[in-house]
Amino acid sequence: MDFDKWTEIFETLRKNKLRTFLTSFSVAWGIFMLIMLLGFGNGLQNGAREEFQKDAVNSLWVNSGKTSVAYKGMQPGRRIWFTNEDYELIKNTVTDVVNVTTRNNVWDVGNITYKNETSTFDVLSCNAGYRYLENLELLGGRFINDDDVDEARKVVVISDMVKKQLFKDQNALGEYIGIGGIPFRVIGIFTDSGGEWDQRRMYIPISTGQKVFKQINRVQQISMNTLTLDTASSRKAEDYIRKLLSERHNVAPHDFAAIRIHNNVEEYLKFTGLFRNIRLFVWAVGILTVIAGIVGVGNIMTISVKERTREIGIRKAMGATPFSIVRMVMQEAVLITFVSGYFGLIFGVGLLELINFGVEKAAMDIGFFRNPGVDFMTALSATGILVLAGSIAGLIPAVKAASIKPIAAIREE
Amino acid sequence: MIKTCNLHKSYPMGNKKLHVLKGIDLEIERGEFVSVMGSSGSGKSTLLNIIGILDDYDEGEYRLDSLLIKNLSQTKAAKYRNEFIGFVFQSFNLLNFKTALENVALPLYYKKVSRSKRNKIAMEYLDKVGLKDWAEHLPTELSGGQQQRVAIARALIAKPKVILADEPTGALDSQTSCEVINLLKEVNEREKVTVIIVTHEHDIAGMTRRIIHLKDGVIDGQQAF
Repeated sequence: MDFDKWTEIFETLRKNKLRTFLTSFSVAWGIFMLIMLLGFGNGLQNGAREEFQKDAVNSLWVNSGKTSVAYKGMQPGRRIWFTNEDYELIKNTVTDVVNVTTRNNVWDVGNITYKNETSTFDVLSCNAGYRYLENLELLGGRFINDDDVDEARKVVVISDMVKKQLFKDQNALGEYIGIGGIPFRVIGIFTDSGGEWDQRRMYIPISTGQKVFKQINRVQQISMNTLTLDTASSRKAEDYIRKLLSERHNVAPHDFAAIRIHNNVEEYLKFTGLFRNIRLFVWAVGILTVIAGIVGVGNIMTISVKERTREIGIRKAMGATPFSIVRMVMQEAVLITFVSGYFGLIFGVGLLELINFGVEKAAMDIGFFRNPGVDFMTALSATGILVLAGSIAGLIPAVKAASIKPIAAIREE
Repeated sequence: MIKTCNLHKSYPMGNKKLHVLKGIDLEIERGEFVSVMGSSGSGKSTLLNIIGILDDYDEGEYRLDSLLIKNLSQTKAAKYRNEFIGFVFQSFNLLNFKTALENVALPLYYKKVSRSKRNKIAMEYLDKVGLKDWAEHLPTELSGGQQQRVAIARALIAKPKVILADEPTGALDSQTSCEVINLLKEVNEREKVTVIIVTHEHDIAGMTRRIIHLKDGVIDGQQAF
C-alpha cells in the first residue's frame, strides 16, 4: 500500500517534467552554491593559516639595519650591528619570552662540499632556540645546543634537501662537510614547511660563525617566542626591546629602519580576526542561500498547487481526503528536495575536489588559497536543513491545496 | 435514496447575500433516472453540488441513503463521496497526465485498492463503455465523446449508489450526446444506480424518466414519463 503511494507520486512527477525539473534545479542549485561557498571559505582559511605555519606565530623578530634619521650629531645611513651583549641583555631582562636567539647570514662561504659533491647553500648561524622560531622539524640527530655555542664547535645541522643533494641515500650524521673549505660535523637533519627558501639552508652555532667567518661580535637578527598570544604583552616586549637597543646603539627612539621589529603575534591575531570574519561571511551568505532555496521551493510548490487546482479538485471529488492531498504535495516536495539536494551536494563536492586536484596537480601557489573543501557532515546537515525547510515551505501550499473547494476548482477553466 | 427537506443555500456577494436555494423539497428513489432542468441561475448546479457533498447548505436537511449529510468534516465528506457518489462533469475533468485506464482507476486508489487489482477492474469498466482498446491513451488523444465515456467509467468504478452528471452533454454534439445519455441509461438499468442529470437541453431531459424543473431556487414543477 505504501509502495503504491510512492508509485503515484513518482508517476505524477514523471509526467510533469518541467515542473519537476524547475523545482529540482532550484534546490540543486541552492545546495551547490552553499557547498561551493563553504568550500571556498575553507580554502581561504586554510591558505591563510598555512602562510602562518611557516614560522612560529608567537614570535618577535628584531633586525638591525641602517639609521634613517640623524641623532645625537650622527648622520643617517649608519649601519647598526647588534652584539652578543645585546643578546644576553634581552635574554636576561625581557619578561614573558623564551627561546631568545641570534641569527646571522654567513655570506661568501663559497662552496659546500662532501667528498666529490659540491653545491651552494645558505649558511646561517644561530642559538639553540632558533629551531622553535622557524618551526623546524628534526628528522634525525639534534639541533645546535648551548654547549655547541659556548665551545664554538664546528657542527652543522642540514635540511633534508641539502642531505639529499650531498649525501644521496648515504648516512649523513657524523660525517664531515666542507663549508668554505673548513670541515663541519653533521649533527642533525631537519625539514621546514616554509618552502624552498627555508629548505636550502644549514645552521651552525652563532659563535662558530662569528669566529670562523669573521663576523666578530656581530649579530644581524635577534628573535624570540612570546609566552602568550596577545597583542598587549607582545607590544610591551617590543617597546622595551626598541628602547633598550636604541639607547645602546645611539639610535633615534623611533628609527624604524635601524631597528626593525616584526611582531608576528600582532600579525597573527589580525589574521585570526580575518578568519573569523571570513567564517562569519561564509555562513551569512550560506544561510541566505539556503533561505533563497527554501523560498524557491515554496514558490514553485505554490505555483504547482495553483496549476493543479483542477487536478486537486478532481481528486477530491473522487474521494481524496484533505490529509491525502497534504501528504501528496508534501511527499512530492520531500522527494524532489531530497533527490535534487543530493545531486547538488555530489556535484558541489565533486567540483571542489576537482579544483583542489587541479591546484595541486599544477602545483599552483595561489596566495591564501589552499585545500578548498567541506566537511561532509556540514554539507549533509546543510542538505538536511534544506530538505526539511523545503518540506515546511511545501506545507503552506499543501494545506492551501487541501482546502480547495472541489466545485470551484473544477469550474475554473 | 435522496431526500431533501426545506433546503436553503446562499452565497455571500460582497455585502449582500445571494439566496440561491430557497427551500427545496425533493425525493428521489433508488434506481431512478432523473433530470434536473432550469435556466442558468436557477440553482440547479448548487443543488447538484449539495447532493454531491461538494458543498454545504445553510438550512434544512439532506439525507443520502437515510444518512444525514450535514456539517460533515472534509475527511468524512470525502469518504462519503468516494463511497456513494460518482461524478460526471461537463468538461470531463480527466487528469491529462494520466492514461484513460489510470483515470478510471483513480477512485479505487482513494479506496486503497492495490494497483494491479484496480487496473484490472478499471479495464473491465473501460470495456463496459467500449473503450478497452483506448486504455493506454491520454485524454488529449481521445474525442469528446470518448472522454466522457472514460469519465462515466470512472464514475462507476467505485460502485456508487448515485451518479451525478452536471451537463454531461454540454460539450458534445447531438449524436454523441445521445450515445452518452444512452450509456447512462444502460448503466441505470443494468447496475441499478440512481442517475441524476442536470441539463438545460429538453432533448436530453426528455430521455430521462422524470424531469424536475427548477426556477429561482424553488421546484417549479415535475414531469414523469
